[in-house]
Amino acid sequence: MTITINGQPYDLPTDARVSLLDFMRERLDLFGTKKGCNQGACGACTVLIDGERVLACLALAAQYDGRSVTTIEGLADGEDLHPLQALFVKHDGLQCGYCTPGQIMSAIALSNEFSRGAPSSVTTDLDVPATPNREEIRERMSGNLCRCGAHNGMIEAITSYLSEHS
Amino acid sequence: MTPFDYARARSEQDAVARVKDAGTKYLGAGTNLVDLMREGVEVPSRLVDVTRLSSRIEPTDGGGLLIGAAASNTAVAEDAAVRARYPALARAILSGASAQIRNMATVGGNILQRTRCTYFLDVEGARCNKRQPGQGCDALEGFNRGHGVLGVSPACIATHPSDMCVALAAFDAVVHIAGANGRRHVPLVDLHRLPGDTPHLETVLELGELITAVELPSQTITARSTYRKVRDRASYAFALVSVAAALEVAEGRIADVRIALGGVAPKPWRAREAEATLIGAVPGQSAFVAAAELALAGARTRPGNAFKPELARRTIVAVLSDLAGAGQ
Ligand SMILES: Cc1cc2nc3c(=O)[nH]c(=O)nc-3n(C[C@H](O)[C@H](O)[C@H](O)COP(=O)(O)OP(=O)(O)OC[C@H]3O[C@@H](n4cnc5c(N)ncnc54)[C@H](O)[C@@H]3O)c2cc1C
Ligand code: FES
Ligand code: FES
Repeated sequence: MTITINGQPYDLPTDARVSLLDFMRERLDLFGTKKGCNQGACGACTVLIDGERVLACLALAAQYDGRSVTTIEGLADGEDLHPLQALFVKHDGLQCGYCTPGQIMSAIALSNEFSRGAPSSVTTDLDVPATPNREEIRERMSGNLCRCGAHNGMIEAITSYLSEHS
Repeated sequence: MTPFDYARARSEQDAVARVKDAGTKYLGAGTNLVDLMREGVEVPSRLVDVTRLSSRIEPTDGGGLLIGAAASNTAVAEDAAVRARYPALARAILSGASAQIRNMATVGGNILQRTRCTYFLDVEGARCNKRQPGQGCDALEGFNRGHGVLGVSPACIATHPSDMCVALAAFDAVVHIAGANGRRHVPLVDLHRLPGDTPHLETVLELGELITAVELPSQTITARSTYRKVRDRASYAFALVSVAAALEVAEGRIADVRIALGGVAPKPWRAREAEATLIGAVPGQSAFVAAAELALAGARTRPGNAFKPELARRTIVAVLSDLAGAGQ
């Protein structure tokens, strides 16, 4: 049983109790993905599995045998930040930074969701692809909390990313 | 978390055969079960992972849709046929949890998710008849703002928290089940039990029965449906009250109507008397108010949730008015 994380294959833990989050942080020293609540409520542990955003704290690692995970550590190209990371810096989309890896992974998936025309609960017409406006972005990012209140900067960063990259 | 064995089911038959005793539980994405295991509310000795069983969403011979139990909540909400023909279902799912959780959560797990009652979740600190039969219920005299007002009992006032199920109830969805004694179909509205004095018995499923799919019958009214969820914040919160409704008007009269409620009852709640009184009525405020009165007629409140019947009545009227307005 193996799992690929940021392009590297790893053997899955034999203890089925281990979450994907604890597996990465405690056994692989991948500390980029954060543990906030450990119960699905904050989004700090957001990673992509086969391109879709999920919560690593509620995922038992054993269930994701054969799947491919991308974390915040998998975004930058050497010293070159991913464009969304650079935009978070530029627009002050963070204060303490604890929620930031989850916010960025979530926003990358959000961008793909817009590209494929996925609706959200604030989309007026379910038959027409949603327009990425502020209201849509706020709704779609609601699974990622930020105790510092850096939301406005984040939404600017995401808006600017969506206009340049989708 | 206490240790458990983990196995992945290769087929429905394989899943059913792996259930040895009450210590075995099926595992969807774990977004509810893993949390409950961490809290010590659930202590299974064996998990059978059913996430790789059928997740197909396909048309049925009767013109309806069959949704595999392993389909993700996101896959259902994004499905083109669901969006066009069962919009209240797409909207109900999209109003629930967060994008991350909807990507993980399965249809089977959503239906069988447990209540969010804080006393049920507090193993060390609270009494709960659902968790520990006969123990007593701390919600009755406690913080019960989120608790139920319809179908509740003196033993338990917990609600079923699913949004998706409210739309499924409105649409006459049928749950497909496989077990050691064969297969059967149960209407979604008959799957969950009312608490009575046995709140620990939550569904009619027998030991080892697996939900394999949910079937949406073909009904034209479902295309004219919507879902409204009222909650303490604009997103990422469970419903205080929610309404799934559908309305069909012909020649100025209500020809058909569906009303189901969430956030107010121990199970997805279909308001059949309210529907019956609307048939043949002229769509409008007075008919909608009368129907809403009927829907909440049996409400039993506690101090914390005394606001719920009125909130539910107003939400019903608002949703029906929207649907009537959109049809003109
Ligand atoms: C922070 C947070 C917020 C949430 N907000 C909402 C919300 O607003 N609205 C809402 O509706 N939901 C909400 N949820 C709940 C969420 O929808 C459920 O956790 C999810 O749908 C459960 O699906 P799962 O596949 O993860 O189930 P699991 O957790 O894997 O399983 C749940 C139960 O179903 C059983 N089970 C699973 N599949 C089958 C099957 N095929 N046959 C028989 N039994 C089965 C399991 O044994 C278990 O008892 C929220 C959850 C979290 C963590
Ligand atoms: S740590 Fe996973 S959601 Fe909070
Ligand atoms: S930047 Fe501190 S929690 Fe978001």
